[in-house]
Amino acid sequence: MGAHHDDLHDTAEPHGRALRLGIGGPVGSGKTALVAALCRSLGPSLRLGVVTNDIYTTEDADFLRRAGVIDPERILAVQTGCCPHTAIRDDIAANLDAVETLEERFGPLDLVIVESGGDNLTATFSRGLADRQIFVLDVSGGDKVPRKGGPGVTSADLLVVNKTDLAPMVGADLTVMSRDAAAVRDGRPVLFTSIREDKGAHAVAEWVTHMVGAWQHEHGEPHHHAAQQAPAS
Amino acid sequence: MTAVTARALIRTEAATGGRTRLETLRSDPPLTLRQTGPRRVHLVSTGAGPLRGDHLDLGVDVAPGTSLEVRSVGATLVLPGLADTPSVMVVRARVGAGATLHFSPEPTVLAAGCAHRLVVRLSLAEDATVFWREEIVFGRHGERPGRCHARFDATVAGRPLLRQDLLIGEEALDGSPAVYGDARCVGSALLAGPAWAPPAVPDVKRERRAVLGDGWAALPLAGPGVQVCALGADAVQLRERLRHGEQAAASAARPGG
Amino acid sequence: MNGEAALLLLADSRLPAGGHAHSGGVEEAVRRGAVTGTGDLARFLRGRLATAGLVTAALAAAACELAASETAAELWRRLDAEADARAASPAQREASRTQGRLLLRTARRLWPSAVLDTLARAVPEGPHHAVALGAAGASAGCAPRQAALTAAYTSVTGPATAAVRLLGLDPVTVHRLLADLAPAIEGAASAACASPGDAAGPTGWHALPGHSAPALDLLAEGHLTNPMKLFVS
Repeated sequence: MGAHHDDLHDTAEPHGRALRLGIGGPVGSGKTALVAALCRSLGPSLRLGVVTNDIYTTEDADFLRRAGVIDPERILAVQTGCCPHTAIRDDIAANLDAVETLEERFGPLDLVIVESGGDNLTATFSRGLADRQIFVLDVSGGDKVPRKGGPGVTSADLLVVNKTDLAPMVGADLTVMSRDAAAVRDGRPVLFTSIREDKGAHAVAEWVTHMVGAWQHEHGEPHHHAAQQAPAS
Repeated sequence: MTAVTARALIRTEAATGGRTRLETLRSDPPLTLRQTGPRRVHLVSTGAGPLRGDHLDLGVDVAPGTSLEVRSVGATLVLPGLADTPSVMVVRARVGAGATLHFSPEPTVLAAGCAHRLVVRLSLAEDATVFWREEIVFGRHGERPGRCHARFDATVAGRPLLRQDLLIGEEALDGSPAVYGDARCVGSALLAGPAWAPPAVPDVKRERRAVLGDGWAALPLAGPGVQVCALGADAVQLRERLRHGEQAAASAARPGG
Repeated sequence: MNGEAALLLLADSRLPAGGHAHSGGVEEAVRRGAVTGTGDLARFLRGRLATAGLVTAALAAAACELAASETAAELWRRLDAEADARAASPAQREASRTQGRLLLRTARRLWPSAVLDTLARAVPEGPHHAVALGAAGASAGCAPRQAALTAAYTSVTGPATAAVRLLGLDPVTVHRLLADLAPAIEGAASAACASPGDAAGPTGWHALPGHSAPALDLLAEGHLTNPMKLFVS
């Protein structure tokens, strides 16, 4: 505690723990598919855990299990009491607890992905929960969505525009989307994907790998955390 | 009719060859006891009641290594009476090391206008085993129940295992979907002893799972025991549900535990 | 300072300690058709207050009183075991410990104190919610009755909010139910603080109320079988 610089950043003590990556975005944009794709691409090289805030049905669990990319025990579901944005922004206690439970059970971990429940364009992760965040849109929402902005589109560390394979069918102009996103994102990256065609979302995985590397360079290798040693300060 | 105070006592002792002998069997009407088997005693009600103002006290002392079964021949009908104070029934049971107590009297029926206090103090030695059933029926057929406050305290080697109060006939509780819903009876059975001890190395954030049925659940306690709780529309349904739960609880016992 | 402002912070549903995601059995009662509208809900809340509300209020007051003195870890474990003995349902114990763990995490950052550190060490899996609430209250400057009042209040406000979300009830009508319960909430807090028997402090813990609600036990266990649950409990 005290006037530590990390307090300004408001994240839990970052030294020696996994990078916490938030993945948010509207319902149906492909968040769960992206989580599966990242697990598939990163599973061989990184020690992973996943916290999901979506209505986590047996179907979702089966989806990830069938993808064969992660031990289902490493996925924890957080119920959000009908308020997905509250759980990732206003009251992150349950998500922090889930992240730490994964680290206690399976740690040390390199990366914990926190998938938000499907919400609207204003939902973003608290910096107390996610060290980095990805916002996922899809082209079928219309090519004007990036122009509308909203905190998710403008401030996420990475904006992913998914389902590019559908662009011709829904009449979405990827050039327009790219240009509008660049205009509101102040130079932060945007990646276009079709997870249906690229099962490993390789460009996104590469970006995440880079983030994990930079995180560990700055905060050291993750080491194991026992239960409730110290408050997250 | 004047209020009655009665104190009855059952005490076992270990006899030769590891057998149980009833060392004391002291009736005090209306609490009348009859030995009905080598290790079995029945409560035989003599006289009506309890009525308001009555104070009945039953002591059960199961000596180390012995076993005892306590039943009753019929339901207990708690009646109003004229006194201002409630009727009181206190059961104090001590179960010694390696001893076993089976306590399953017939239901307590709360007649309209009654005011009853039921107190159970069950104290178990570290490796004692107990089966304890309690059934309360909210009034005779078609009758609104009187009032009842039942308190149950069970400890194992002095540590709390289960502490519960049940209130019946209170406005805030009757008909609350959080408490009894539309049930007319409530019952529980405690199965406790080393066979139900929690695993030595639990996952601290995960409790043992209950077994859930229609109107009943077998609930693993934090300590060495399982409580079956059940609600029912009538005494027959209640007993049936409790039996389901008791079977589930019994099969959760670890052999040789 | 008399703890009034701290009391408001502690009881506020915006306290970021995970409480928003607990329905206190309401979600399952709704699923089973036991609560369908404001009439059922009023009876549900009144019964919950008179049972779970009273018990948590009494435990919270005891914890708050304990926290005021020099406290050994052993006494915290004993009080926590008293809470265990008053919760037959494992689902309820787990929900209570989850809430307690989250509240303690938050309270240690809001009101850092040796007492909260001791409690976290004494019960590493997370103390029962009532115990954490009493200890947090003491650290915030609340008196035992204020901790009891908070426990009684939150025992019905969380479930009421959940019912609004799940049944689409008029929020003002539901708040009217809470307003009508105000005297009963104060009554529960007073009853919770009435010293049981002659003994106050640890020697009197055995006699604290243990008002059980069989329907809440059945609902809590049933909730775990709901594959589409939106609330933790």
